[in-house]
Amino acid sequence: MWEQIRSNQIRSAVLVVLMGLLLLAIGYALGLYFLGSSTYGLILALVVWGVMNLVAFFQGDSILLGLSKAKKISRDDMPRLYNVVEEMKIASGLEKMPDIYIIDDPALNAFATGRNPDKAAVAVTAGLLQKLNRDELQGVVGHEMAHVKNRDVLLMAIAGVLLGTIVILAWYASRIMFYSSMSGGRRSSSGGGGQGQIIIFIVAIVLMILAPIAAQFIYFGISRKREYLADASSALYTRYPEGLASALEKLGASTSQLKSATKATAPMFIVNPFRKKGRAATDLSSTHPPISERIRILRSMAGGASYFDYEKAYGEVRGKGKTVLPAAAISAAGAVALRTARPEGPVAEPGKLERARETSDLLWRNSNYKTIRCECGTKLRIPPKFKAPTIRCPHCGRVNKV
Amino acid sequence: MGTAGYVIIGIVVILIVVFVGIYNTLVRKRNRVRNAWAQIDVQLKRRYDLIPNLVETAKGYMKHERGTLEAVTKARNLAQQAGAAGAGARAKVEGELSSVLSRLLAVVENYPDLKANQNFLAVQEELSSTENKISFSRQFYNDSVLRYNNQTQVFPSNVVAGMFRFKTEEFFEVTAAGEREAPKVSFT
Repeated sequence: MWEQIRSNQIRSAVLVVLMGLLLLAIGYALGLYFLGSSTYGLILALVVWGVMNLVAFFQGDSILLGLSKAKKISRDDMPRLYNVVEEMKIASGLEKMPDIYIIDDPALNAFATGRNPDKAAVAVTAGLLQKLNRDELQGVVGHEMAHVKNRDVLLMAIAGVLLGTIVILAWYASRIMFYSSMSGGRRSSSGGGGQGQIIIFIVAIVLMILAPIAAQFIYFGISRKREYLADASSALYTRYPEGLASALEKLGASTSQLKSATKATAPMFIVNPFRKKGRAATDLSSTHPPISERIRILRSMAGGASYFDYEKAYGEVRGKGKTVLPAAAISAAGAVALRTARPEGPVAEPGKLERARETSDLLWRNSNYKTIRCECGTKLRIPPKFKAPTIRCPHCGRVNKV
Repeated sequence: MGTAGYVIIGIVVILIVVFVGIYNTLVRKRNRVRNAWAQIDVQLKRRYDLIPNLVETAKGYMKHERGTLEAVTKARNLAQQAGAAGAGARAKVEGELSSVLSRLLAVVENYPDLKANQNFLAVQEELSSTENKISFSRQFYNDSVLRYNNQTQVFPSNVVAGMFRFKTEEFFEVTAAGEREAPKVSFT
């Protein structure tokens, strides 16, 4: 369980360097084109790369949470979610409780972020809280907790910020180049003219186009394997792969798209947040392994819940000889029995309607609305701007104190 | 000093490094076991705290279940008294507490008024989550014990373990029948 952390750290370093090289390539092209000297461009890119890494390391999590419009909640806001997160924290053996965030969006998705296991956060959408039962929620939170435990979170934060920088830089640069070439004016003062300039121009354009694509490929190449590992870890923590499998089924079937997701944040989520309007998440997304395949692997884990069982199931689904998990993780684990199914008992499990109410209550409270219960049973939501001392119930006409 | 002398010094240095490494691994694994045990303890204590609250709320509604309620209180007190015992003995009383609790929560089904009580719902969420946390912390504890015990038994770390008295640790196994096959209620 502890060995894959090291291999992840090495990969994180490789990724940061590769992304840095891409950024340098952009800097090179920009320098050639605008400043007439590749050196200045390289220096500029190096500075940007250094600054962005620092920003990603110290602020990456808050930037990503901010971009996703996630709001922090406390235990009292939603005991059920808090408890599920705490259960998974205990199962994974993490020492510190991660912060919990809610994204006010009907889409079904979740992600984890943070610098290290001591400073991590888990974010889930309101839709997820409404649609998933406890076992399914546990599976999803277990998956996110595995990202924290396996130190995927720092990598995701750094990669997300760097990818974002590369995409934005390339986009603006190509726009400026396009317009300046249209108007014929060029800032480049170095002479030589003619052919040499055209070659530089073409090289710069090609780099601008290729760099963001290459950056995304690097990012995806690594994030895909991590998704499998996190699935395997979730099964190990919960001892119940069916929970995550049925959650993924619901996530995959949902047609609503997460509004706040961006290209740079997409790979962080448990399933790809982008989908064609009104369509379910397809299997053809490069950021994530196909959902149907992830479900099939989880459901093939008949023998137990260990990494070894996951690896075996992966081999069955993908064809013999294919491997996905680090070898050290598999050999280190003993046999792990599966938990028996837990029927959605009416006692401890709130039904769909209660879950929806619970979640909407939370969202109102989070936006500082006050809730008053009228005697007739109506819930009155008082906006924070409302200043009058009393309010009349629209149903029964009783006057309630605010 | 001849070449042989350097070779001997080299071997001794390597042996010391290996020895220290093994010793440190053993200590780390033992600490993880202790930490995992503390986690179980926290959750068990939390359950002791929640039960009186649950019984108090349920009392008013469940006039015909006095026996069940008393059994829960009794099992709780017994478990609390066994607080200082080893993992094996403790697992037994805690398992019994789990099974009487799940029996109580199964009969709650017959009391719709109680099921609608907000206070009861809150306690019930806490209690069922605490049950989950107990089983998850037990799971993590047993995993840690397995790793640690393996380390103390395989060569060459068993030599170091023998020299510094790293004893094997007991698993926290649940023996009570009610805990293993979860009943209708979602308690595991």
